[in-house]
Amino acid sequence: MTEHDHDHDHDHPHAPITNGAEPAAAARVRALEELLVEKGVIAREDIRERIDWLVSRSPADGARLVARAWVDSAFKDRLLADARAAALELGLDPGPSPVVVAVENTETVHHMVVCTLCSCYPKALLGPPPDWYKSTPYRSRAVSDPRGVLSEFGVELEDEVEVRVLDSTADIRYLVVPCRPSGSETMSEEELAALVTRDSMIGVAQPAAPAPVAS
Amino acid sequence: MRYRPGQRVRVAARPHDGHHRTPSYVKGKLGRVERLHASFTNPETRAYGEDGLPKQPLYLVSFAQRDLWRDYRGGGGDRIYVDVFEHWLEEAK
Amino acid sequence: MERGAHDLGGSSTQAPIDRSEHELADWELLTDALVGALGRRGLMNVDELRRGIESMPPGEYERASYYERWLYSVETILGEKGMLAAGELDARLGA
Repeated sequence: MTEHDHDHDHDHPHAPITNGAEPAAAARVRALEELLVEKGVIAREDIRERIDWLVSRSPADGARLVARAWVDSAFKDRLLADARAAALELGLDPGPSPVVVAVENTETVHHMVVCTLCSCYPKALLGPPPDWYKSTPYRSRAVSDPRGVLSEFGVELEDEVEVRVLDSTADIRYLVVPCRPSGSETMSEEELAALVTRDSMIGVAQPAAPAPVAS
Repeated sequence: MRYRPGQRVRVAARPHDGHHRTPSYVKGKLGRVERLHASFTNPETRAYGEDGLPKQPLYLVSFAQRDLWRDYRGGGGDRIYVDVFEHWLEEAK
Repeated sequence: MERGAHDLGGSSTQAPIDRSEHELADWELLTDALVGALGRRGLMNVDELRRGIESMPPGEYERASYYERWLYSVETILGEKGMLAAGELDARLGA
């Protein structure tokens, strides 16, 4: 868990902290759950199932889709045409969103995904979104200053590269297929999947570089 | 479907009280239809306990960044892609 | 044109992005799961969740964390639907 020093002014807002490390909302939601279970509005099992599902989600699923697309161009075409179906093909759970669209980065086009209005995110395939994705600065600047944001994340792109920002405003969830790194030609699909980071599938990073081959 | 890929459209500039998913930064702006996704329930009514029917066509519409932001820092080819419901689009004059 | 506090695209050009991350706390997972459970039972949908969040007074919206906003919305929507009486949760907390 991130350490956080409260003894100085800091420039991001924080919920008031009451008992120990938990905000008041913690006790509140627990009491709400109890109340709703008592009233028969929901069952505790519903909650457990949902939590189990949430904690099972990780970027490894998205990475498998990308790695397969890198080695199999026919699969890549199917992924770009219908990412939900492609995920199901690999036995992955694409989640409840009716449409998932995969967009491909190339040498001339770089995609970046945001949800300016709330924080929509393909969490079935990537796990829960990072805090920064849900933050005001990202939601605000990803659309108006994507290259500034990319620069903060360590990505510099030539002017000639078209930066495309996708704002997930409705039912569609977007997943970026990053460029396959050079030097990865002899890698297995599993090794390739390990290069595909969560951030590269959001579009704020490039995939990891292959480890140099020992000579 | 009312609009075709490649067609120039304008996002309505009308004020809207209540829940809607058209971000203010594209309202009144000229864009280009990229594709029709499919039709989905209308969030504007579903947000108030109605069933959101009839479903509304949802388009992927792209905009040139330099048309949206006065001080945009970046390549002239940069674009934003937004999902916009048909009832928020108008033919571009 | 007026915009809601949630309509953030292009609203701030200066603020740097804090890239630190935290694992979801138990109460946050619970909040997420609660919304999911209510959704599966047809008691609250995602559009209502968002509308509830957007109904927060702007200052509160900005101060609240992501799942605090969700909780606010759940209470608002369930209150509207008569599944939660005014003050019922506070009474339970002994507030």
